[in-house]
Amino acid sequence: MKCHQCDKQATVHLTQILNGQMHKMDLCESCAQAKGVTNPENLSIGNLMENVSDVPEGSGSPMTCESCGTTHSEFKKGGRLGCEACYHVFRPVLDPLLDGMHAGNKHLGKIPAGSKSRVQFEQSMSQLRSQLQGAIEQENYEDAARIRDQLKELESKEQANIEG
Amino acid sequence: MFNDILNDDFSSTKGPKAIPVTLSTRIRLARNLREFPFPGRAETSQRRAVLTKCMEAMHDIKDLDSSYAVEVDDLSELERQILVEKHLISRELSDVDEASGIILSKDRNCCIMINEEDHLRIQVLQPGLNFSKVWKRVDALDSNIESEVSYAYDGDLGFLTACPTNLGTGMRASVMMHLPGLVMSKNMDKVVNAVNQLGFAVRGLFGEGSDASGSIFQISNQQTLGESEGAIIERLDKTLQNLVRQEEFARKKLLQDDGRRLIDKVSRAIGSLKSCHLIQSAEAMDLLSLIRLAADFKMLPDSYRSTADRMFIEIQPGHVQLAAGKPVEPDDRDYLRASLLRQKFAKAPFVKTDG
Repeated sequence: MKCHQCDKQATVHLTQILNGQMHKMDLCESCAQAKGVTNPENLSIGNLMENVSDVPEGSGSPMTCESCGTTHSEFKKGGRLGCEACYHVFRPVLDPLLDGMHAGNKHLGKIPAGSKSRVQFEQSMSQLRSQLQGAIEQENYEDAARIRDQLKELESKEQANIEG
Repeated sequence: MFNDILNDDFSSTKGPKAIPVTLSTRIRLARNLREFPFPGRAETSQRRAVLTKCMEAMHDIKDLDSSYAVEVDDLSELERQILVEKHLISRELSDVDEASGIILSKDRNCCIMINEEDHLRIQVLQPGLNFSKVWKRVDALDSNIESEVSYAYDGDLGFLTACPTNLGTGMRASVMMHLPGLVMSKNMDKVVNAVNQLGFAVRGLFGEGSDASGSIFQISNQQTLGESEGAIIERLDKTLQNLVRQEEFARKKLLQDDGRRLIDKVSRAIGSLKSCHLIQSAEAMDLLSLIRLAADFKMLPDSYRSTADRMFIEIQPGHVQLAAGKPVEPDDRDYLRASLLRQKFAKAPFVKTDG
């Protein structure tokens, strides 16, 4: 069997199933090394197949993270982001990638204690906002007023906490 | 202190005795500090600041009392290789030049890597299959560290990591499994396929490609976002318990259908280990796998299972050189490896059969 990248004999055979689709790749020792296959922590056939390059570049202007300087092409090449802010900057190209990589696109796991109150606040706010929307659509103005008061109260509580 | 770690055969002396099928359970969490670029993007001064901050954060954590902390660049190449072979640090960390660190708990079951691909890689391991105990410890450790530092976290995306494949929980849960029954009955390809379809990865003992010398496999979750830690672990645990049953079934069938061949293989393995004078690590791994299987089948005393587990690590190139006290060329390593194995198995009894 020949290597996917060059014509040498393939010795590393990868199979991975992403979203029910099987991806197979055969690589020779040196190409496997070059692609980081020998380091299991980094292994993702998505990166190997350079799916990243299929993602549209938005309006054509290359994206760059102002905070750490990581460019879109660096991300495409290495598959690594440079800092927290990168997740914001590269979000448009990241989202389709995450769909293929993970079980979902929303974190359902542990919330660090330091972020807990903020996360809970945001969750309650968005819940109330959608309830408010529903009440307005059903012309249920009594409920809408009550929910609006709850929103205001929650917001002022959060503000007091931050300033606290 | 470091010599203790290098010479420590912790895999068999700590905790319960070696366990059939599942050798060990491990969970690692990837975390980054806020306001610092990820290690791959950071300047040396920033990496150093992260290292100092993290080392300080570990100071008051009770679970890390009397732990051992070292900077990677203070370790020799051989010392790093030993830690990799012991599965305590990753190859990636061992290649890092500056401002990286390792913290190893007193019982050696918890190891924290600083400035690997992410600022923190917190990992806990335990012999046997025991996710709940391992998760409890790593979760508590993570919370304790988080009370000292601020993590990069997003309400939607969870813990932010350098590689999006770790995003969300940042958790990789894995086990090492000894599956000679499935390998010998040629069922491993099917198993790998089935396990892959559930979103889990199967790799060899040291992760390289699909090399499975010693019939030891590492099985771990691939996906980290869109599922809680508990849900990932539950799914993995269920799959693994099923796998253990499959392995037990395959072993039983091997013994029933072709018991003579199995006994022949095991006896030859014992003979080879008693009398080899040159042996490469891959061959040695396969022989040790048969020894482990023989102990599971009660063809050999139980203690040989632990011996095999210890030898899986001690025959690796770094460990052979450590025992020699100097760097050794591959040919000479094969000789030293053979001497070690001959000595360890000198008293191993041959398998008795009725016929």
